[in-house]
Amino acid sequence: MTPASAPPPRAAAELVDGTRIRGGLDQPVTGIGAPVGRPDGAAKVTGRAKYAGEEMPAGTLHAVLVTSTIASGVVTDIDAGHARRVAGVVRVLTHESLPKLAPAPVPPAAQSFMPMQDNRVMYEGQPVAIVLAETLEAANEGAGQVKVTYRAGPLSTFAAAESVKPRSENNGYAFAEIETRAGQPPDPSQVKARIDETYSTATRHHNPMEPSTTLAEWRGDEISLHDATQWTYGIRYALAAMLGIEPRKIHVRCPYTGGGFGCKGYVWPHQVLAVLSAKVVGRPVRLNLTRQGMYTGSGYQPEVVNRVQLAADAGGRLLSIVHDSTNVSSLFDDYVEFGAAGTRGLYASGEIATSTKVRHCNAGTPTAMRAPHEGPGLFALESAMDELAAALDLDPLELRLRNYAEVDPADGRPFSSKKLRDAYLEAARRFGWEKRPARPRMMREGHWLIGWGMASCIMSTFRFASSARVRMRADGTVTIETGTQEIGTGPYTVMPQIAAEVLGVPLERVKLILGSTDLPETGGTFGSSTTLSTGSAVKDACEKLKPKLPLLEKMSEISADGVWKPHGDVGFDATGGKSGYSMHTWGAVFAEVAIDESLGLVRLRRAVGGYSAGRIINPRTARSQMIGGIVWGYGQAVLEESVMDARYGRYLSKNLSGVMLPVNADIPTDIDVFFVEEHDPHASAIGARGIGELGATGVSAAIANAVWHATGKRIRKLPIRLSDVIA
Amino acid sequence: MNDFAYAVASEGNHAVELAAAGGATFVAGGTELLNWLRLGIAAPERVVDIGRIAALRGIREDGDTLWIGALTTLSEVEANALVRDKAPALAEACARAASPQIRNRATLGGNLLQKTRCAYFRVEEPMPWPCNKRKAGSGCAAMDGHHERHAIFGWTTECAATQPSDPAVVLACLDAEIHVVGPQGRRTISAADFHLSQDEAGNAQRETRLAPGELISGYLVRGSAARRSAYVKVRERESYEYAMVSAAAALVVERNVIRHARIALGSVAQKPWRLARTEAELVGKSLQRNALLDAVRMSMAEARPLACNEFKVRLATNAAVRAIEAAGRMQ
Amino acid sequence: MADDRAVSEVKPAFSTRIALRTTVNGNSVAMQVEARTSLLDFLREYMGLTGTKKGCNEGACGACTVLLDGRRVCACMTLAASCADASVVTVEGLAGPDGALNAVQAAFIEHDAFQCGYCTPGQVVSAVACIREGHAKDTATVREWMSGNLCRCAAYPQITAAVLEAAKRGRT
Repeated sequence: MTPASAPPPRAAAELVDGTRIRGGLDQPVTGIGAPVGRPDGAAKVTGRAKYAGEEMPAGTLHAVLVTSTIASGVVTDIDAGHARRVAGVVRVLTHESLPKLAPAPVPPAAQSFMPMQDNRVMYEGQPVAIVLAETLEAANEGAGQVKVTYRAGPLSTFAAAESVKPRSENNGYAFAEIETRAGQPPDPSQVKARIDETYSTATRHHNPMEPSTTLAEWRGDEISLHDATQWTYGIRYALAAMLGIEPRKIHVRCPYTGGGFGCKGYVWPHQVLAVLSAKVVGRPVRLNLTRQGMYTGSGYQPEVVNRVQLAADAGGRLLSIVHDSTNVSSLFDDYVEFGAAGTRGLYASGEIATSTKVRHCNAGTPTAMRAPHEGPGLFALESAMDELAAALDLDPLELRLRNYAEVDPADGRPFSSKKLRDAYLEAARRFGWEKRPARPRMMREGHWLIGWGMASCIMSTFRFASSARVRMRADGTVTIETGTQEIGTGPYTVMPQIAAEVLGVPLERVKLILGSTDLPETGGTFGSSTTLSTGSAVKDACEKLKPKLPLLEKMSEISADGVWKPHGDVGFDATGGKSGYSMHTWGAVFAEVAIDESLGLVRLRRAVGGYSAGRIINPRTARSQMIGGIVWGYGQAVLEESVMDARYGRYLSKNLSGVMLPVNADIPTDIDVFFVEEHDPHASAIGARGIGELGATGVSAAIANAVWHATGKRIRKLPIRLSDVIA
Repeated sequence: MNDFAYAVASEGNHAVELAAAGGATFVAGGTELLNWLRLGIAAPERVVDIGRIAALRGIREDGDTLWIGALTTLSEVEANALVRDKAPALAEACARAASPQIRNRATLGGNLLQKTRCAYFRVEEPMPWPCNKRKAGSGCAAMDGHHERHAIFGWTTECAATQPSDPAVVLACLDAEIHVVGPQGRRTISAADFHLSQDEAGNAQRETRLAPGELISGYLVRGSAARRSAYVKVRERESYEYAMVSAAAALVVERNVIRHARIALGSVAQKPWRLARTEAELVGKSLQRNALLDAVRMSMAEARPLACNEFKVRLATNAAVRAIEAAGRMQ
Repeated sequence: MADDRAVSEVKPAFSTRIALRTTVNGNSVAMQVEARTSLLDFLREYMGLTGTKKGCNEGACGACTVLLDGRRVCACMTLAASCADASVVTVEGLAGPDGALNAVQAAFIEHDAFQCGYCTPGQVVSAVACIREGHAKDTATVREWMSGNLCRCAAYPQITAAVLEAAKRGRT
């Protein structure tokens, strides 16, 4: 089948094309839109880049956590006698020896429950003791010698827990509506096709390559932290509230953060425990979470069950979309994984109704993970759309085009900018979608069945109030100072590009200093928000600096402070807020898979992703992020799952040998990524929206749709397992 | 990890002597032992480093046989021209194991002594759940839990773990000899009998015929059938992953008629699982796919899948057929 | 657990503390380590060579890849004690004496083959070995032979391109 509106040929100039870009650091172009390399590259490829805790003050103690082996109950006894006798062990701390804290504000604290404030055990892997020692070996051995006795309590599991409506009051995770309803239910006589299916995604962990690390030191009544974080200021605020001290006395630095993907966004118990330990022993303490510790100490993407009901008329127009999602949360927080976040804005439909529920389990609180909300939710919606297309005998792309939303379908607001149609058509052209056979099982190469699938991508536009300072010296060098974090997303590259363009100076004269609460405040590096938010503040600072440039004839240095806030002078906004516009990023992803049915193998062969995400500051680093997102989507689709044994409330494997993440051999080099040329005048001061999470949405649906196209099997539960595919 | 004392052995007998002190374990590459130590699967008082014993390392040809020292790394086996020529399936199995970094340290001796990947077994101390391998008589959490990757042959209600070694499957398929040195001197064990299924072992903890204090010194691979051998490894992740199922096949084929066949499956039992009925049935048959499938099914009829791994019976059947076909295509 | 002396009385060959002599990045090193200390902890905690990263401590991610006597290995799965009289090269030892990047390092920057950079030292060391081994002849081979290094930012296509280019350039 050929789409009714065949993709027209396009002029290459209209596309910001990261795939065609080659070249080194010496490329002459420097401003916004230039594909310049990373200034931090040399430090990273030589090992010179220092991550948190890689430089330690003399006398630093190593901390190792002892964690609960049960998921529910109380600690009745801790015998630390053997541990204390291990040579090199200095102290063993328990809930009885730690200072008491004020309640944790959620967020920036990731969960309201703080372990080791009393003897309660709320989840497996919860810290119950801390061993402090002169060497890492001694701390590890000591931790193994602590004997903890428990009295087990009742266990609440995802399968058995009741689905309840999450609290919307006093719940930092309920920042959008829990239930929405727009339009009217369809006239049954108009309905030509219906889909009513349940789609689920697995619990997964972020697994950044760098496990979380905190190095805490008290200097008088001030605290100095080196932390692997996505949000320096978040740690300051959380600690200030919990310890009852002034925020300005807490100094947090993160020189580099070795990936986060959400798990280093908010503040987790280990960071607080490191600070308390350092207080108790009066020495600096470094606490590295082990890889195992990361599974229960820094959040996870919760399992999400989505029921999606679609109804369409004979012309393929959506009459109704109903999307209800339910996710795991902890016993103490209502973390809301808004599975239907994308469903609310993606397609025009006579009716759109969504809801989100949670089930309280013996587990830590989930947290945002690339990509939250739309990430799990779009698997459901975009799989259902594929099923609907098949039921209507329509091409899946054509079905999307027929239901293209020109305005926000929930409330009629205009979009700040949306060029999704261009992304659909160009991505389809590059992929060669018009050659797709409509029926499954039509393409074969040797042992391999070949399938093509596509899906839409959509992500909320998270925006955070941010500030920056720009200094310029008489020698023409420029320094940008801003508290934001480098987690791999490239601020060292894009912030100087913005300053170079606004100030009209060569890029090599602009330097960025970041990663500290001693620098101007920004939001966290999450929600794909940093470039648009902090970048807008950098632009503002540069524009304020410009009129002062003549002063440099008399002064050795001038500076200006810049600030940027979402509309309405608010600190945070995810949907366009008071701008009057609905803000999302958009995209289309096409995937080709090969399936060996007799061995149950699923392999990705190529993918095309086209995105409408506002102005692209650096196509080279942007391309890398989108490729990363597609790989994350592949992992979600085919490999990643943190299996929980519900009998014990414990993950089966808390490591990288029993949990599969994609390796190089899984990922084809043929991943074609492009951005539609766009300037969003509303979302930010620099015309940009976010990109980091967008690329990870839709992909798993495109792959599952391709698996259907290859085999005729519709798989509605991720990850797609060998046992699902084997014939 | 507990503290331990360390000594370097200069040659095989010295290693055996050092280990006789008790509470000792051997280390060569360390790629498996270090994880045991970290998890508490082993807590030796003494570790004897055999990694520098030159006499136990290397590959040589002696007429129709191939001798591979136990300390030869998987990388060395995989890259060795003699192995690639005389036992290509063994080279392939080594190449598909782990990662290049691990293969540069892991030895062919140590590889056969690795333990199961059962997640209930590979858990840190203190154990959150029962495991008869870790603590005799404690129970098996996998039996009523997650056991999709577990055994379909030879298991007992005490334990259904599988042996994950890739080379072990090929060595069993090729009827290699495993040479052992120990306190009682030297002896030879057939690779096909080296590992024990749970029903052979009688308990969950015993996994091989190696006695305490014994050390593998090397492997002898003989016969011309090894030349036409293939190994198929099936895994969800394309690389750096254990097998869901694997299959090795070695054939003697004359004028498109199978004269001799040996077939072994991996990751379906606690030992490489030879398909004896299939091997007999294939003699005199051509390489027709349906004939191969029928012959493999005769052996697979004896499979006893668990509640959640019935798919492994089909998978193993298909993998075995693929391996036989691949061996059949070789010249 | 018995202390050093007690063990020594049983068998003089055994010791819980090792006077390790080895070569790291061309420099002779003599240091007292515990028998149980991994090469990774030795490099990071004793030597302060933090370029080599700890991602999993179980041989499942490759972030700790170093060259041991010229071969790439996982430092987390290697006892420091077993590296006596060996030559260890870490990421810090790859650049020229003048600080000039080697071909792999330069190619990684040019191809944007990393983001957060935490797996990068392991990737770079692994790539140097991959090329020397002759496993950088085509895309499929590089993908397979670079699969011992996880990259969660998922720069795999760029890593593959960088390895192929560095191999072509020939100087690693």
